[in-house]
Amino acid sequence: MSLLSLDNVTVQFGGLKAVSEVSFSIAEGELVGLIGPNGAGKTTVFNLITGVYAPTEGKIAFAGKAVAGKRPYLITARGIARTFQNIRLFPSMTVFDNVRCACNMHLKHGISHALWRGAKVAAEEARIEAEVMELLGIFDLADDRDANCKSLPYGAQRRLEIVRALATKPRLLLLDEPAAGMNPTEKVELMKLIRFVQEKFALAVLLVEHDMKVVMGICERIAVLDYGQKIAEGTPAEIRANPKVIAAYLGKEASPEPTVGGSSLH
Amino acid sequence: MKSFDRTKIVLLVTIALVALLAYVCNRSPEFLQSRIYDILLGIGISIILAEGLNLVNGYTGQFSLGHAGFMAVGAFLGSAMSLGIAFPYLDGPTWAGAGWTVIFKVLQQGFAWLVNVFFWLHNSLVGLATGLPGWGKFLIALIYGGSTAALSGLLVGVPSLRLKGDYLAIVTLGFNEIIRVIIQNAEPLGAQRGLTGVPSNTNFFWVFAFAALTIYVVHNLVHSTYGRGFLAVRDDEIAAESMGINTTKYKVLAFVVGAAFAGIAGTLYAHQKQYINPEGFNFIRSVDIVVMVILGGMGNTVGVCIAAVLLTILPEILRDVAKLEWLPIWLREVAENRMIIYSLILIILMLARPQGLFGGWGKKKGAA
Repeated sequence: MSLLSLDNVTVQFGGLKAVSEVSFSIAEGELVGLIGPNGAGKTTVFNLITGVYAPTEGKIAFAGKAVAGKRPYLITARGIARTFQNIRLFPSMTVFDNVRCACNMHLKHGISHALWRGAKVAAEEARIEAEVMELLGIFDLADDRDANCKSLPYGAQRRLEIVRALATKPRLLLLDEPAAGMNPTEKVELMKLIRFVQEKFALAVLLVEHDMKVVMGICERIAVLDYGQKIAEGTPAEIRANPKVIAAYLGKEASPEPTVGGSSLH
Repeated sequence: MKSFDRTKIVLLVTIALVALLAYVCNRSPEFLQSRIYDILLGIGISIILAEGLNLVNGYTGQFSLGHAGFMAVGAFLGSAMSLGIAFPYLDGPTWAGAGWTVIFKVLQQGFAWLVNVFFWLHNSLVGLATGLPGWGKFLIALIYGGSTAALSGLLVGVPSLRLKGDYLAIVTLGFNEIIRVIIQNAEPLGAQRGLTGVPSNTNFFWVFAFAALTIYVVHNLVHSTYGRGFLAVRDDEIAAESMGINTTKYKVLAFVVGAAFAGIAGTLYAHQKQYINPEGFNFIRSVDIVVMVILGGMGNTVGVCIAAVLLTILPEILRDVAKLEWLPIWLREVAENRMIIYSLILIILMLARPQGLFGGWGKKKGAA
């Protein structure tokens, strides 16, 4: 059974169909890439899945339950976490507090306990601290726990965003252009990191990325968007050979009889 | 984390100290009559107001300009409790000759019922409190003033917190004026004349015990994983939602807690001055409190506390300056109008130190 499935999802902003009848699904533990030229609607798909936008038409189901149009925090509570294309850390907070914020929804205590600060709350805060420090340790950020998040180098900020998303204990992680602005060495590191995260935390990952090397290098399956429509889906090899995809990226005329490799997989 | 619940002990020690100081104050009747004592109480009330607003404007980043409205709710309803004022129940509409206007009459009836439920609760509580000794009545008035202000904060907050920035500021300012105008037209609360003869219950102990409690609540809320939600909302609402934080809940919660303390401050103020007038709770009073928060540094508990002290003393000093006859007349006129000074302070501050006078203080400290 698929973990996340989009069924003919359309979203319209005024007269513009940003995403049009897109369907695809992600299985438990799968690493799927979502690519497309600029303005193809990749980030909009992310925003639909995470509840920032509600789809005009179509269904989105996560773990068998409809999530379309739910508030983002409720969708996160179901187990979808994300990072952002342009880093959105909490700028006034330390590295530690950024991650601690993401543990907020797992708290077992409410406002009265937070005010009274009894032994229960102290134990829970200690548990959260241990969890956060473990995560920071895995991602090599433990030494920076009290640094302001904005003082970190760019690559570390990207990592911190992933850590923060992982702290919500997701089953599906959405990464929005994690390689943007990275140099080739950092990109190789990132590819290893994404693989590692997927295995270590037994996650499904949906990756939006411009960098073909990264996408082709790690994704098991790739979906291609162009002008809000899904034009292809398949393994990296299939996508690379797909004339529609080549046309979308290079602006070439599509071949007269397009053999849409792999789109019959679904 | 070892010192996690040390804050409780700090609060208790502070309250004990306040009680001791209050005892010392009470030994000298001249001091209780002095202007210094009056200013001291004013400082404590300002601290409660400013720290409450700091949770909304500073830590949660929602710019509210209606804090004096909640203060008015606390002041008038708290005083009504002390004075034993009961509300006469509202009549429903006359149904005779209702054509299509029946829909308005149904709404009117519903409104009257809702208000009467509140009046009934108020009147019963007033009835219960009549037999109590002075301090017991005052404590009930304080709690009652705080909770009615919190309720009004909830009523104002739920619809208006969908707005952001300037829009929220304008809406809260509007609610401030609405609350003031309602009180101005409420005959049982003295209408435009205000309430006189409020018992003089406010003293050093109550004011500073509640100031300590306010700081305790705001500090403990903000320095917990639960309270990190407030800061997350301020820093980046979209990211906060994506991290599973219910931003609406936190915004409304900040508003309600801030309003509750404003209500308590209002009740304390009424029982200090013994006379309250709705005009005293207009938007200029709200701006006073906002200036304290901005001057102290948004979201900086210590800074806002210092700013509350400074800005409560400043008008008193200015009043003295205005009386100095050897000063040029224009200078004395400027000193008489504190709003000119406030706006100058704000302009200079925004240019020189946009983070507030004490902004950035204590940021390096680890989480408590």
